[in-house]
Amino acid sequence: MPNDKHGSSPQTTNGNPENPYIPMWLLAELTYACPVQCPYCSNPLALSASRKNELSTQEWITVLRQARKLGAVQLGFSGGEPLVRTDLEELITEARSLGFYCNLITSSIGLTSEKIAIFKQAGLGHIQISFQGSNRESNKLFGGTDSFEHKVAMTKEVIRQDLALGLNFVLHRHNLHQVGEFLAMAESVGAEFVELANCQYYGWALHNREHLLPSQEQLVEAERVTNEFRDQHQGKMEVFFVAPDYYDNRPKKCSNGWGTTFITVTPEGDVLPCQSAKVIPDLEFPNVRDYDLKTIWQTSKLFTGFRGTDWMIEPCKSCPEKEIDLGGCRCQAFLLTGNALNADPVCDLSPFHHKVTEATEAAQSAPEVVESKALLFRNTANAKTLSADQ
Amino acid sequence: MTDFDIETTAFKLNPQYQFQWEEAQQCHVLLYPEGLIKMSVSAAEIIQRCQQTATLDGLINELNQAFPDAEGLAEDVREFLQDAQRQAWIVAAND
Ligand code: SF4
Ligand code: SF4
Repeated sequence: MPNDKHGSSPQTTNGNPENPYIPMWLLAELTYACPVQCPYCSNPLALSASRKNELSTQEWITVLRQARKLGAVQLGFSGGEPLVRTDLEELITEARSLGFYCNLITSSIGLTSEKIAIFKQAGLGHIQISFQGSNRESNKLFGGTDSFEHKVAMTKEVIRQDLALGLNFVLHRHNLHQVGEFLAMAESVGAEFVELANCQYYGWALHNREHLLPSQEQLVEAERVTNEFRDQHQGKMEVFFVAPDYYDNRPKKCSNGWGTTFITVTPEGDVLPCQSAKVIPDLEFPNVRDYDLKTIWQTSKLFTGFRGTDWMIEPCKSCPEKEIDLGGCRCQAFLLTGNALNADPVCDLSPFHHKVTEATEAAQSAPEVVESKALLFRNTANAKTLSADQ
Repeated sequence: MTDFDIETTAFKLNPQYQFQWEEAQQCHVLLYPEGLIKMSVSAAEIIQRCQQTATLDGLINELNQAFPDAEGLAEDVREFLQDAQRQAWIVAAND
């Protein structure tokens, strides 16, 4: 369920002046196969229809060992849909014995109560289940699967088996008004952690942006409902509301700083500093089949290229705020300005800031009704059509 | 499950948390969904002993024996555990 760029987490260093950073987080994208077809998926538009180049169990175990040696502690099994892999139990067992805290990030399609028990036994700590809508119809409309009842059942089952549970609801203009309904549903099943994450515009979401970006008014209302709910349920449920950065005038520090905290490994073994880095075309992505993670983390051009602030050009280079946001997101800079070295155009000091405001202005008057036909759903058939178009 | 009287009820580390030594960071950490807390040396001494069922008095006794020179230890331990309870690092042992 990849549309939740981790905004911030404590930065940890190892005291080594050459490269003081520890990759605390490993995101293992086990497969791009996914039964859901979210039109806001941040997976690459060029989805491979074939799974034959996916890393094997043994290759993943090697990756886990190398990451753990570098000091990684949090491990997210993600995708695509990680439950599609038949070796998940084996990978969890290995990861737990290495000392990882294991998180499973899933749509819950393919999950059963038996599997929950098996994964818990293997050492899984936490399951995050994503919902595409707050009721049966909208979940089906935006996920392309009729899975709402199953998701609710699995949510209850995770709680019953006493595993840590988080619910994730990706927000966009056609479901922002459902925030209240979703929170009520989460409460009724006893969820303790809920993430309301506005989708961010990479991958499929950028392609569908014109249909997904909410108006300011919608956002304000959704935040109001969320705050009201929080006040009424203090201490019982933690609710995180991640606003879309398009309405800010300063960008978010991406992935807690490029190459400082996160490592993503794609299904075929490419190593990325953030989930969306593949959108930047002139980068070379080292693969775990060719190099070990330590070499990639410490010395690859990809990881060192945008680490810190030395790479910056104006206006970031001489900006007094550069240590705060590190110039924002490189992917967004590339996608909206054509040059990954530019300031993230969310910043109002960027000469390309109008690229963002044009989109938000258009969103004020865009129709409220759901035109699902207009959305391009994430599946391999659409991926093929897209690549043929290009 | 976090709603118990720490003075009278036995408790233990929250089973959803993972406590361990981190070589790369040279400290103990407490891991939980998508996050981590670095433990000070004294915090680690206490949490380590919560991996089995523990009581406040029992812990204070044990720590007094291990660190006979520590001043104000009982109060520090009590305060730390009250805080740990609020943050759900420890839970009542019987559930
Ligand atoms: S289609 Fe939806 S569920 Fe599947 S990987 Fe993308 S965001 Fe996750
Ligand atoms: S100019 Fe660059 S460094 Fe300064 S606030 Fe904007 S994005 Fe951040």
